[in-house]
Amino acid sequence: MSDPVSSAPLQRSPLHNVHLELGGRLVPFAGWEMPVQFSSIVDEHKAVRESVGVFDISHMGQILVSGTEAESFLNQALTNDCSVLAPGQGQYSLLLNDDGGVIDDLIVYRTSPKEFFLVVNASRIAEDWAQLEKLAHGNEEVELANASAVTAGVAVQGPRSAAVCRHLFGVAAPFPPRNTIFVAASASGFMWLCGTGYTGEEGFEFFMPATEAEGWFRKILAAVKEEGGLPCGLGARDTLRLEMGYPLNGNDLSPERTPLQAGLGFFVKLDKPKFVGREALLNQKEAGLPDKLTALRMTTASPPPRPHYPILVGGENVGEVCSGTQSPSLGCGIAMAYLPPHLSAPGTALEVEVRGRRFPAEVVKKPFYSKKNG
Amino acid sequence: MSNVPDNLRYRESHEWIDPKQDPAPVGITDHAQAELTDVVFVELPKVGAQVQAGDQVAVIESVKAASDIYAPVSGEIVEVNETLTNEPGLINTDPYLKGWIYKMKIADPSVADVLLSPDGYRTHIA
Repeated sequence: MSDPVSSAPLQRSPLHNVHLELGGRLVPFAGWEMPVQFSSIVDEHKAVRESVGVFDISHMGQILVSGTEAESFLNQALTNDCSVLAPGQGQYSLLLNDDGGVIDDLIVYRTSPKEFFLVVNASRIAEDWAQLEKLAHGNEEVELANASAVTAGVAVQGPRSAAVCRHLFGVAAPFPPRNTIFVAASASGFMWLCGTGYTGEEGFEFFMPATEAEGWFRKILAAVKEEGGLPCGLGARDTLRLEMGYPLNGNDLSPERTPLQAGLGFFVKLDKPKFVGREALLNQKEAGLPDKLTALRMTTASPPPRPHYPILVGGENVGEVCSGTQSPSLGCGIAMAYLPPHLSAPGTALEVEVRGRRFPAEVVKKPFYSKKNG
Repeated sequence: MSNVPDNLRYRESHEWIDPKQDPAPVGITDHAQAELTDVVFVELPKVGAQVQAGDQVAVIESVKAASDIYAPVSGEIVEVNETLTNEPGLINTDPYLKGWIYKMKIADPSVADVLLSPDGYRTHIA
């Protein structure tokens, strides 16, 4: 059996000691040392689908945008239309480069008429910050603050999330509805309770000052265990999000491809008069998409498809796997890949090459998993 | 604590072999299966292959990653555990019995002595 590769110094979560205490297997992820699993990816995955799981998401970044022009600034920086958000509401959006390529995908929440809270990917905090600073340069009416280093995050996901919420905040506390945010002040800073997640299950994400993370995590974990749930690592987070067909930046999104290619057109409001990347997207729409992020599943017993495995049709190389895994819910290999539009229709037969051997696969609709077929 | 049976010999890369049997079964240790967790696919070697000690001969896929499995000694692969094709999880649940991966005809039985003893392997994973 081959040993894992060691790597450069990594940032540690404020929950690092708790991870060690819980027997978490720590691995490098996006420059952080994070738990890939505590017990088993499959057990943790099933806990989230059937009861509830708790994840440390402290590696994720938080950027605050405020000022009288915060809304118009964000509407020029991001693809979605944040002017439709009332205070307390959030939406999925994308930060693009001038060529329409994806710098990051993120959630933007409006916390007040002039304040927004952005949750961004750990691996892109520096790029996001650089792009937002560049765009805000010279604008006196917009203020940016990067709270990433001092903010911890915990995600509670699964059908028993509401019960966990009641354990934590009392039976009278409302469960955060989908895509909402509630801000509370504490002695050590702000806390944000968000009705969002990355698993396809009901749940919430809770961001707080890093100094408060351990206390909250222990309380949440106790409630999760009481509901029959488990602490979960990034391994289960990845299989859960992939079963839903949610993209992961770095795997499925990149500066070389647009959100239209990634199938995220719903979150791109081309009718906005101006935003970074708009021209490039309009041109691409006119010219036609060269390829589309396509879902596929293995049709026989096979090794799990993994990133960069070649995809073939009739012996010709037509693309490579971006994200791929063995689906714990479906019991087969699933993957996403950029394929030419004529090969992206459901039912199209493909092959995935694994260490020189080819295994049959077919294009399917997203999501891979839903409560009905699971 | 991992189970390390006294009747087997071990390679540092976490394979076990039972050199007292002929042909000798090979698998991965309890420690290794616990590290991998969730084995979902086993790529078996070819029957009849002549292999050298240290050759990569099989692949075990967990949800997390693909791991190479090496031949602990030189010899010929004479049988593979076809049951693992449909039940790869046997590697997790029964790594020393039902979870054997292949059996080999050992070229030189004395070389088995260069492998780790059970105590040597216990120290290695401690």
